[in-house]
Amino acid sequence: MKRNILALIILTMLIAAGCSLADRPTTAPAAPSEAGSEAAAPEAAGLSADAAAIAQERGLSPDDITAALKVYQPTGVHDEYMIFASGGHSGQVLVIGVPSMRLLKVIGVFTPEPWQGWGYGVGNQVLDEGAINGRSIRWADTHHPALSETAGDYDGEWLFINDKANARVAVIDLRDFETKQLLKNPVVINDHGGTFVTPNTEYVIEGGQYAAPLGWAYESLDTYNDTYRGAVTFWKFDREAGRIDPDQSFLIELPPYWQDLCDSGKQVSEGWIFCNSLNAERATGGIEEGNPPFEAGASQGETDYMHLINLKKAEEVVQNGGTTEVNGFAVISLQTAIDEGILYMTPEPKSPHGVDITPNGQYMVVSGKLDPHVTVYSFAKMLETIEAEKWTTDDYGVPVLALDDLKEAQVELGLGPLHTQFDNQGYAYTSLFLDSAVARWSLGGEYADLHPEEPWQLVGKTSVHYNIGHLLAAEGDTVSPDGKYLVAMNKWSIDRFAPVGPLLPQNFQLLDIDNTGENMQLLYDMPIGIGEPHYAQMIKADKLEPWEVYPEVGWDPHTQAPSPDGVQIGEEKVERDGSEVEVFMTAVRSHFTPEHVEIEQGDHVIWHITNVEQALDATHGFSIPGYDINLSLEPGEAATFEFDAEEPGVFSYYCTEFCSALHLEMTGYLLIKPSGPTAMTTE
Amino acid sequence: MMATDKFQKIVGPRTPPEALAARRLRFLWPTLLFAAAAILLIISIFLPYWSLVLHAPQYPGGLVVNAYVNHLEGDVREIDGLNHYIGMRPLNEAAQLERTVSIFAIGALALLVVAAIFIHSPWAALLALPAVLLPGVFLADLYFWLNNFGQNLDPTAALSNSVEPFTPTILGEGLIGQFKTVAYADFGLILATIASLLILVGLYMQRRAYKPLLDTAEGEV
Repeated sequence: MKRNILALIILTMLIAAGCSLADRPTTAPAAPSEAGSEAAAPEAAGLSADAAAIAQERGLSPDDITAALKVYQPTGVHDEYMIFASGGHSGQVLVIGVPSMRLLKVIGVFTPEPWQGWGYGVGNQVLDEGAINGRSIRWADTHHPALSETAGDYDGEWLFINDKANARVAVIDLRDFETKQLLKNPVVINDHGGTFVTPNTEYVIEGGQYAAPLGWAYESLDTYNDTYRGAVTFWKFDREAGRIDPDQSFLIELPPYWQDLCDSGKQVSEGWIFCNSLNAERATGGIEEGNPPFEAGASQGETDYMHLINLKKAEEVVQNGGTTEVNGFAVISLQTAIDEGILYMTPEPKSPHGVDITPNGQYMVVSGKLDPHVTVYSFAKMLETIEAEKWTTDDYGVPVLALDDLKEAQVELGLGPLHTQFDNQGYAYTSLFLDSAVARWSLGGEYADLHPEEPWQLVGKTSVHYNIGHLLAAEGDTVSPDGKYLVAMNKWSIDRFAPVGPLLPQNFQLLDIDNTGENMQLLYDMPIGIGEPHYAQMIKADKLEPWEVYPEVGWDPHTQAPSPDGVQIGEEKVERDGSEVEVFMTAVRSHFTPEHVEIEQGDHVIWHITNVEQALDATHGFSIPGYDINLSLEPGEAATFEFDAEEPGVFSYYCTEFCSALHLEMTGYLLIKPSGPTAMTTE
Repeated sequence: MMATDKFQKIVGPRTPPEALAARRLRFLWPTLLFAAAAILLIISIFLPYWSLVLHAPQYPGGLVVNAYVNHLEGDVREIDGLNHYIGMRPLNEAAQLERTVSIFAIGALALLVVAAIFIHSPWAALLALPAVLLPGVFLADLYFWLNNFGQNLDPTAALSNSVEPFTPTILGEGLIGQFKTVAYADFGLILATIASLLILVGLYMQRRAYKPLLDTAEGEV
């Protein structure tokens, strides 16, 4: 009986969906049933009794059907938005389409990625930039990607991401979705609050995390208060060069409060940077010595400190030579930051994990993860208070503005509030880790007229599964958020997917936030089985203008210019200079030229290879077995790799991308002759 | 005197002012038509004469080659890449002489048509004839080269066993491997054809205008 009622409901919905079609004979009333009328586009013509039968057979509820209709993308239809997500421990960046939640690409960043040849012949020089003290570091804990911005809005040109574990920053070019630069922070050993950009991407900001002596020095923990320091780094981005310029970059020394996430001021607050912190207690742990463990020690106080940083003043100090150097890197000392009015602080409720600036730049929103509220600070009140010089100081002499002087509102949302994003309807969205929910709440001030609710109120909550960390709304951290979609980045998936052993995937859940009011429909679950992503950003797909193929045959993706070692058809050759052999090779469907390369054991080989194709998707691979070489050569790409021919033998190199019907024939022989008469004997 | 006579015979009669005043349009028409034909010919140089579209599952947008009188445009590189599997020579090796002289040749044809405006005798037809024939000559040459390329495939090519020598379709649809081909006359050739028709009509109009004058002149002699 129940089943029949369900079927009837589904059938009614489907008919309602189809009833806007003139040619569909139906007597169903044109009631605007929420899902039905939304989906009642002419494309819905295919809905039929079959669909109802399928829905019944699969046990789909009307809500399920609505959700399916909202995310399904027919073949060939591109997604409206793109997500750039941290790949967590994978050290990579994930590119995901919205609303379909299809994984489009995994960009090799800090970690070798064999499909792209990243670290197996291409990208090696970039990966080597991430070495620390000469040791190559081939994993990363990627946390916060940041799309480049123009006037506070995503411009779709560049992407940055940090590695928390090693305090490194990467620059990715969105013309070809390839990593161009890795930088190791020479002053701090780890970071967390990166990357964030200033409204015109003048700086890429890398906030700190666990305090340590600056410059990777050694000091005893007994001297923590005096010798351990926090920091925030301002990497100067040269858009023209497509690189961060360390010589123009600087760092501000901060008290050892474990600075965490940062956000740039925008619009009225442009020129200011806000960072929270979580260990104002300056706990140093030592559970094994009877001390409170960090988790308790760092959570004793009622408040921690939000750091308010005047970037304009910091820039002046740098220009006037007011910096010192640590490991060759410009540092504004804590004392200078205090003296020059660069640094202020204000208390924030308890062990916060996010500070997010509203799109108009007027409010700073902080969630104390052990406090059920979000606290909203007024930028205008902050300026007034600084102007009035109304402050106390902390142990280091940093001016501390009173919370009450800056507070605009506090909104009780639920347990474990972490991160906040915004939409175009005057709502803010905050992730609730302990509640496993997304809270929608109403903003006040000039946002109050955009939504029907009273300002500064909880509007609704939607459960997500489970333990949500960050969330992201469409362009939800820019000056002009789009609303529409929100993704909950859940740390645990528990029972959401078929079991795959004890290590479970993360769960990205897509929510529909297009309407107003309480309801935010959960649309789709996407498992992430490659690492634990932290933050992500969602950009309108039409802002991206990636190349389809490289602009010219013989292109060097690293310099984004024609390569002097690019090889054109007819220029293929093998040259020898002493024991150095240089190979100039082309790849085209379905052959390499040359197909025989004969060298001698002990030769040093410099191998240039160009994919001379210009057809979309005509990528060739190139691998040499036994020598750990595998390239991805996209159309037009020129690559160079080097190796020492240590082992003699016959090595068949071949194309590792199924390029054509004669792909298997796309091969050749590398013949390495044994050196000396006794080098190779058969037993 | 004889030479002048002959010249006058070729040039044909001049229009007497009273005849021009009486039948202005009758004398204007051939001039307009020839001029229009010459202009169309010049414009056609900048447009493709013939185009070929290859459709295959892995090329959703199709592959296109546009043949102008002096060069090829479109996905020539990709088509050459595919053609090497069946042993066909690169397309740019075809009709090199024709492509080198085409601009001058068509310019000359247009000038001859313009010259025909001033030749009021039947000799005008001879001047205009090359331009009239241009579309036919283009198609004939195209056929020659397509046939030449299609019939002379490299027997050592990768797919030579599965593709017999063939003559590609010059106009209309064809099929080669997984590719459906659609070949069609493009704007340039259409303009040249219109020019041919305009010239033919112009010649008729010119005869209609000047034959009575010629007859009268001969009568006077």
